[in-house]
Amino acid sequence: MAGVAVSTTINGDAVEYLCQPDETLLEVLRDRLGLTGAKEGCGTGDCGACSVIVDGRLVCSCLVLGAEAEGRKVETIEGMAHGDQLHPLQQKFLEHAALQCGICTPGFLIAAKDLLAKNPSPTEEEIRFGLAGNLCRCTGYDKIVRAVQDAANVMKGA
Amino acid sequence: MRYIRPLSIEDAVGELAKAVGPAAILAGGSDLLVRMKGGFVEPELIVDIKRIGGLSDVTETAEGFRIGAAVPCAVLGENKALRKAWPGVVEAANLIGSKQVQGRCTITGNLCNASPAADSVPALVAAGAKAVVAGPSGKRTIAVETVPTGPGRTSLAKGEIVEAILLDKRPEHAGDAYLRFIPRTEMDIAVVSAGVNLTLDDKGAIKTARVALGAAAPTVLLVEEAGQVLVGSKLDEATMERLAKICSGACRPIDDKRGTIEFRRKVAGVLARRVAAIAYKRAGGK
Amino acid sequence: MNFDPRFSGRQFASVGTRPIRPDGVDKVTGRARYGADFNMAGQLVGRVLRSPHAHAVIKKIDTSKAEKLAGVKAVITAKDLPDLTDGDAAMYDILDNCMARKKALYDGHAVAAVAAIDARIARQALKLIEVEYEVLPHVTDVDEAAHHHAPLINDQVFTEGLEEKPAKPSNVTKRTQFGHGDVHAGFAKADFIVERSYKTEQTHQGYIEPHACVASVNPDGTADLWVCTQGHFVYRQHCAQLLGMEASKLRVTSSEIGGGFGGKTHVWAEPVALALSRKAGRPVKLVMTRDEVFRASGPTSATSIDVKIGARKDGTITAAEATLRYSCGPYAGSWAEIGAMTAFACYKLENVKTVGYEVLVNRPKTAAYRAPSAPMAAFAVESAVDELAHELGMDAVDFRIKNAAQEGTRASYGPVYGPIGIGPTLEAVKHHPHMKAPLKANQGRGMACGFWFNFGGQTCTDLNIGMDGSVSLAVGTVDVGGSRASLSLVAAEELGIDYSHVKAIVADTSSLGYNDMTDGSRGTFSSSMATISAARNAIKILRERAAQMWDIPVEDVTWEKGHAVAKGEKYGNLSPLSLKDIAAKSGTTGGPIAGHSELVADGAGVSFATHICDVEVDPETGSTRVIRYTVVQDAGKAVHPTYVEGQYQGGAAQGIGWALNEEYIYGKDGRLQNAGFLDYRIPVCSDLPMIDTQILEIPNPNHPYGVRGVGETSIVPPLAAIANAVSNAVGVRMTHIPMSPPRILAALDAEREG
Repeated sequence: MAGVAVSTTINGDAVEYLCQPDETLLEVLRDRLGLTGAKEGCGTGDCGACSVIVDGRLVCSCLVLGAEAEGRKVETIEGMAHGDQLHPLQQKFLEHAALQCGICTPGFLIAAKDLLAKNPSPTEEEIRFGLAGNLCRCTGYDKIVRAVQDAANVMKGA
Repeated sequence: MRYIRPLSIEDAVGELAKAVGPAAILAGGSDLLVRMKGGFVEPELIVDIKRIGGLSDVTETAEGFRIGAAVPCAVLGENKALRKAWPGVVEAANLIGSKQVQGRCTITGNLCNASPAADSVPALVAAGAKAVVAGPSGKRTIAVETVPTGPGRTSLAKGEIVEAILLDKRPEHAGDAYLRFIPRTEMDIAVVSAGVNLTLDDKGAIKTARVALGAAAPTVLLVEEAGQVLVGSKLDEATMERLAKICSGACRPIDDKRGTIEFRRKVAGVLARRVAAIAYKRAGGK
Repeated sequence: MNFDPRFSGRQFASVGTRPIRPDGVDKVTGRARYGADFNMAGQLVGRVLRSPHAHAVIKKIDTSKAEKLAGVKAVITAKDLPDLTDGDAAMYDILDNCMARKKALYDGHAVAAVAAIDARIARQALKLIEVEYEVLPHVTDVDEAAHHHAPLINDQVFTEGLEEKPAKPSNVTKRTQFGHGDVHAGFAKADFIVERSYKTEQTHQGYIEPHACVASVNPDGTADLWVCTQGHFVYRQHCAQLLGMEASKLRVTSSEIGGGFGGKTHVWAEPVALALSRKAGRPVKLVMTRDEVFRASGPTSATSIDVKIGARKDGTITAAEATLRYSCGPYAGSWAEIGAMTAFACYKLENVKTVGYEVLVNRPKTAAYRAPSAPMAAFAVESAVDELAHELGMDAVDFRIKNAAQEGTRASYGPVYGPIGIGPTLEAVKHHPHMKAPLKANQGRGMACGFWFNFGGQTCTDLNIGMDGSVSLAVGTVDVGGSRASLSLVAAEELGIDYSHVKAIVADTSSLGYNDMTDGSRGTFSSSMATISAARNAIKILRERAAQMWDIPVEDVTWEKGHAVAKGEKYGNLSPLSLKDIAAKSGTTGGPIAGHSELVADGAGVSFATHICDVEVDPETGSTRVIRYTVVQDAGKAVHPTYVEGQYQGGAAQGIGWALNEEYIYGKDGRLQNAGFLDYRIPVCSDLPMIDTQILEIPNPNHPYGVRGVGETSIVPPLAAIANAVSNAVGVRMTHIPMSPPRILAALDAEREG
């Protein structure tokens, strides 16, 4: 199996790697680049724990090949905070205790960031359907929805 | 295993035609990568078609719309003109998977994956959509319902690629709609589904109608009799009852982990009724 | 030092507040390290070969081709995990479940494993292992398995608990019975009797993080195991015993855990990873796929339950009886026994009898799932209670209030209750605005009660005070949902300092004494007790050091709000010394200041909840939506109320999924049909409404702060609450969980056709 050489941008940094043709972007991020913030909950696009943003589109990194990242811009949870300044969504997830075990949290934060970028004032229903691709088994989603609502308000005010 | 990223459809067709082992076309990958992960397919060649010119565009032409094979479903939902002309097709396309999957999956992939439960396919069949097929011996345009021939099987020959889906320009008083039944509110595969596409005459009576059912048989069903029963009506209760009965009767479903034969039959009729009412309203019927 | 665990009714400064958790920032930035996020130098990838058959004799395994594949460093079968269990039947079952020895007992049962330099080679190697099976008849349904014609899963099993030892082997491993009084006489006094049979399907905990570990066995026989677990000390014991190691030579570090809910209380792949590492001489990382998690970890029981309850016209229950059959997977368990204990625990009953039967089936070994066994029993009992109230013409809440257990009631499973919360939760529900909200067409409201024991158990903590006065708290109970925050609050409370100066961690097995695992809602209950005890021990030293600094007798020094205070008028000119002041001088007053605690946390107060639920049912499709949900539960004392609410909401959401859509679906071939999140349908965000909570605080007399466990009870009432709501919405009594659309539509059609 011939490796594929890839040049891409991850969280604003130029990155180069060699990956196998059938290797997913999630495997590349986690196993080759040490970016373990994206999690594998299912590997089939059903749980959203591996969510990243590629060229402005929210995707499951388990359903993207590493080779496909060539020339793209990839955003992961590791790039969400600015230095020591947490993103408002990260801050609100902490304040509202929108996480218990926290394994789904990176995926939720990325998905919520994408949601608010496209719809800065979502209704509760829009948040619920917008985040339906992210499974959480601990919280019953209540505090996650509230944290996103609160973050949306803060971000509008900013 | 090789991964290639051709820049022209001719190159893609050429690579596929000369491939020795199993080859796979990659657009959104939301079916292909799952099947690879599960070990169900082990392609020796992956042809990524996303860098082929024109395949990532939705274009409005004199005849209607041309949707490139690599256009993610999320993009369809963001296209106002397409949403206005073919709301049923767009809503069906936007029901596939999650927001994450929406950013990748394509209606062409949905069609060529040939699942009887594919969400966009009943809507496309009802819409009378066509598929543009590029292959070693040139291009041909075929009705979408002729592409899938059974679960996971298509009529496409070796080396052939569906490069675009075509939708007609809409006349006045036209409407389409799609509904599916799933146990949850999101993320499920359709247990059974229905798409309806109608045009009305000036008096609001149905002039033409196409009704398609998903997850009701080995392939998506175009139920011609159901379309015929709607023609001339204004969706009175008796017509609705007949529509439901015909659709339930047309089903040849199976019992599986997602539903029973009984359930699918019954709900196919319920959905046909509900979806016809939506399409009728969208067409301007009262 | 003697520790007095009794409730003291103190005023709280820290406990009851809602600070940000100490592990929070790591978790919102992606830095927190879970099971699969850890790597070691030279690490190999482990993969497990699993049986495709539900029941088959393993006649031969040929691993020679796999061993020859370049990049493969070890291949193991049961031979590499020799039986060292020395007659310990429970340990033998664990060993056999980790790697099948003679027979594959379910679809997904491990039969061999490989370690290779990468995942692709490991996968290839699995395909090269040749296993010769002799396929046997199988049985997956709990009722069919209990039948005497059923294929026998283990011909050495003879039902225990019968008056006479049976002559023939059976899939029923054990019969247990609980109760008191004379149910026969009780039913004779009843004016109304409801008698029904119920079924619930098997569900999975559905944690989002698959099981994952990294095992490293060194040539000197010492080993390290990094693993996501609810109990690293228990994993150490089990792994050490199965591999023939001394426990102290195996250091187990619990990673952050991505959900467990009982499913990470048993070893599955860890002994396999250790055995692979031992054979390969290199570290091995073993991560289950989602498919493997469903097929081969430990889901809960499928059940079949018969309930009979009788009452007089005035609403007094005269007798209650239940027979409960629970599936155990292919190994003996005590799941029906727990169900039989919990079934009628909410009620004050003169005559009650419950009988449990443990049933072997060709499914994965049953594991605990949040208040294990209680939700199914509550579904059956609370459905029958609702129906009986209806027959009596009584309000469902009033009927329950009339029969609710109270302080002094002898529980159906034996003990006499102390102060308990069932009555107060029912009263709170009766007066809750939710109960009076109007309902629309096709909507219905239901309510139900639930009980869970709560556990205590062995616990050990270390509390170390740094020279800057900040406090490191090392606990041994894995933090599954915010317990480091609540335990930091407790340490701050007891020491009288600010929460921000306490940092709690979960220590590894070599750094702290033994702790039972985080199960039975014991994490905060027991570790807070040990933390209080450790803090009190530290305070004793702090007082001694202050006395030394002042040169006065220690008896004259008290501890108040984080300060040593000299008591008595003669010390009028001595300013109080803060914890920080004393810590700063510790180097010259006797060295480091610490408090330790090792105890068995007794007296976990029982827990009760009552839930209210509104649903809307589409009568044409059977689709059910939960439109409003309220949880009322007794917490004893909510240490961190936000995380208590989180437990209430999470349990309710899991119960909603169980009630409506989640189930293991087996084909006729005995293979699991829906081993993934696509078709094992846990609730998504758009499926649920906000889940309202009301925390009641009826102090547990056996805990200094009144704390009770809160983690599990919330999953007990939802199955019944939703079934009662559906029944009230559409007028059909649903007796089979989950109430999936096809089941509801079939029930509605049967009703419509008369």
